[in-house]
Amino acid sequence: MFEWLSENRAIVAAVLIIVMFGLFVWSIVVGRKQAKLKANDEVFGDPVRTKGGWYWAVTGVTALMLVWFYYSWGMARAYFPNAANEMCQIAKLEEAVSPIKAALPIGSRYYKSTLLASRNSDQLEELLVQLPATVFTDGEKTELQDLIIQIRALIANSSNPENLNQQSKDELVGLSQRLNELSSFLEAGPGDMTPSAEALAQPRWGTTFTEIPILPITSKGMLFDAASVEAAEIAGTFNKVRNRVPENGRLIEDIKERIEAIKETNASGSFDEQVTADREDYVKAVERIFKRLDDGLIFPAAALADVNSAIAELDDASHAAQGGLTTADALLFPGPGIVKSKTQCTEQGSARWLPKPTDVVATFMRLANPDVEDGGGYRGFPLLWWDWLPVSNVVAFFVPDWIADAWPGEYASHGPDGTITPNFKDKLLAFAQGDVNLGHVPMLDGHIWDSLFRVLVALALGIFLGVPLGLFMGVSRFFKSFFDPLIELYRPVPPLAWAPLILTIFGIQDDGKIFLLFMVAFAIMVISARTGASGVQLTKIRASHSLGATDRQIMWNVILPNALPEILTGIRIAVGVCWGTLVAAEMLAGTTGVGFIENIARTVSDYELIWVTILIMGVLGLIFDLIMRWIIQKTIPWRGMG
Amino acid sequence: MADLVCEHLNMTFTNPQTGAAVEALKDINFNLKKGELLSVLGPSGCGKTTLLNVIAGFINATGGCAKLGDQVIDAPGVERGMVFQQGALFEWLPVSKNVDFGLRMKKNNAAENAKLVEKWLDIVGLQGFGDTPTYQLSGGMQQRVALARCLINDPEVILMDEPLGALDALTREKMQSLVLELWKETGKTIMIITHSVEEALLLGERLFVMAPRPGRVHKEYRLPFAERGLKESLREIKHDPYFSEVREEILTMIWDMEEEIMGRV
Repeated sequence: MFEWLSENRAIVAAVLIIVMFGLFVWSIVVGRKQAKLKANDEVFGDPVRTKGGWYWAVTGVTALMLVWFYYSWGMARAYFPNAANEMCQIAKLEEAVSPIKAALPIGSRYYKSTLLASRNSDQLEELLVQLPATVFTDGEKTELQDLIIQIRALIANSSNPENLNQQSKDELVGLSQRLNELSSFLEAGPGDMTPSAEALAQPRWGTTFTEIPILPITSKGMLFDAASVEAAEIAGTFNKVRNRVPENGRLIEDIKERIEAIKETNASGSFDEQVTADREDYVKAVERIFKRLDDGLIFPAAALADVNSAIAELDDASHAAQGGLTTADALLFPGPGIVKSKTQCTEQGSARWLPKPTDVVATFMRLANPDVEDGGGYRGFPLLWWDWLPVSNVVAFFVPDWIADAWPGEYASHGPDGTITPNFKDKLLAFAQGDVNLGHVPMLDGHIWDSLFRVLVALALGIFLGVPLGLFMGVSRFFKSFFDPLIELYRPVPPLAWAPLILTIFGIQDDGKIFLLFMVAFAIMVISARTGASGVQLTKIRASHSLGATDRQIMWNVILPNALPEILTGIRIAVGVCWGTLVAAEMLAGTTGVGFIENIARTVSDYELIWVTILIMGVLGLIFDLIMRWIIQKTIPWRGMG
Repeated sequence: MADLVCEHLNMTFTNPQTGAAVEALKDINFNLKKGELLSVLGPSGCGKTTLLNVIAGFINATGGCAKLGDQVIDAPGVERGMVFQQGALFEWLPVSKNVDFGLRMKKNNAAENAKLVEKWLDIVGLQGFGDTPTYQLSGGMQQRVALARCLINDPEVILMDEPLGALDALTREKMQSLVLELWKETGKTIMIITHSVEEALLLGERLFVMAPRPGRVHKEYRLPFAERGLKESLREIKHDPYFSEVREEILTMIWDMEEEIMGRV
């Protein structure tokens, strides 16, 4: 069942989206009707106006889900399950054509030739101005100035259409023709192209760690895939075309020789060090510009115009061949679309970091599978399951070893025959260390339970120690004044600031985290219990004194129940803060827990897993709070009624 | 059962910052016999609540002493029951648990407690309200619970600090009758602090008018209205010419005191 759902998550999402859209519209209709009904009974500011209104909750949740589906491209996948694969093929074509486009105005505003000509001319002009007068002789200066003029002539010669030789001309015409043929090929449509069996066997969009299957699975995809192969070849040819002007051939040889001559003079060693360096630098600068111009990369602008328009035509043809896909792309794929890198096609924009809701559920289900052997759980540890816990471990946790040490007598030593007969003291030590078989009890297990366990133990300790102290601080000058500075000194420090210290002292296992959380819960419980205790009405205290209650009885029967609303509110706050602190602490150190999973997911940029952990934390926090609200409602209905 | 006696009672409050002393009570002397009903009246700040708190044992006098029989009062005790203005009920407990609070603190037998609760709820007119949360009761009903809670402990003296101050006129009249009834039936010594001259006259077999700065008993009356209230309608008593005469006299007295305070300030 789950397997099927997981395989067909696009269909599941399609149904869900329709249902949610229906609910969204329906809840707005209901909400508006209800609002109209109640408008007469309530004035603005009446607290009753916040009661009820579940339909707006439906509106909010469905709206959020729809936005999530939209920006994660979940909607796109639901209704156009093949679109991503086709867009991947189109991206392949784009990638193949991009080297040609980069040299033409259609891809980068200017011809590459224009940029080369203007940039190098500017630099030659600068060199002329900067010619160092002191290090060169007059003769050399004239020679260098002439050299620069000659190099400039190279640019002029290349830019003149009349100088373009026949071979280059033919090559460029050939390229335009091939591009036009490619356009016709796209315009002709896929015909009877059928995707290969290998392509069809690929996992579907988003069902594996590779986001988008790269081989074309539709005939339209096949068309673009084939076009991209041809386009890559055309681009290869385009890159090899050179503008070999015959006049420049001679000029280049001449310039080369003259530069060599000056370099030889430089290397002759007849100048002092500084002068040699200056001369060499200048000649090197001239030679660098020359080297950029001797490979025939500058074409006359007119010669490339045909290729430019052929590419524009190809773009049009590609656009036409995409058909309805362009609309789908514009409507349902927010962000820059799909990009093909060397080995894979990836989603860009919001879909990159926002996984689809159905994928998040699928990942959660994979993690929630308790069968670790079957790929469930995370890092060989289930999410939430149970296991047999040896009772002796629990005993060992509570019974310290020194009890055995303190027992009178000595531990047994080995006898003359090399055997050891354990005495009672030995057995006591084994008991304290958990080395005895006391049977097993079923116990919850897994990442979530580990996190929960830490919070619950810390909370329990915080309540059982913090509440009594808080109550005493609320009634006693000594307790208040003695403990107040101690607690107020450590409390304002953010728990995470304590974390490095606590984790060093207590270790990265449960002890350290529990102590850290205990510190958090303890302070909150002390303060809330104290506030509750000191807020008891004096008349109630006096009444109970007059009714013959002892101090102890007053504490237990009057002050504690009176402080209960504050204490429960304190627990509610402490649960929230502990939960937040715990996850952060688990991210700092540890080998289990929800925060641990997120930390690992972060290092490998597994966004789905990150979102799963975020959702687990959110849902668990919500459950905690709902339980606390329920408890508060059940246990202190008198709150605010005194 | 014994008399409530105050001998040269002085109470001076010292402001801890300025060291200024305020004489809240000065040389209070009286002897309240067993079964007497005393109402204490006076303008704000005349020390009537301080007097009650001293007798209840919540604060200790700085001079003289208050005694119940031979015993000097220095702490709260079961023999002096308190009823406060706002009931001071324990809102987390239902009515019955509020009423038997004192008994439970004494660790009385539970079955016996239940019987007593039944009886006292009956007397104060709250039959069948045992399981109701106190916050669901009206002000008058809450005050009845407070009365029952106090009386079930069988105190020798009942001290009431403006017990009916927060009630509406109608409920107030009913509660005044109830107080008189309870006084008659139980024969307890009762001391009532009140702001209302009418109430003080109606309920006070004895009546102290207190004056401020220093707080002292300005004038004492012995009045017949409480006795009469047991048989007659309270409303008729209010029309009695003597009642009106005393009421006017006291009102003028208190008025003058207030004027004096204002003048001095």
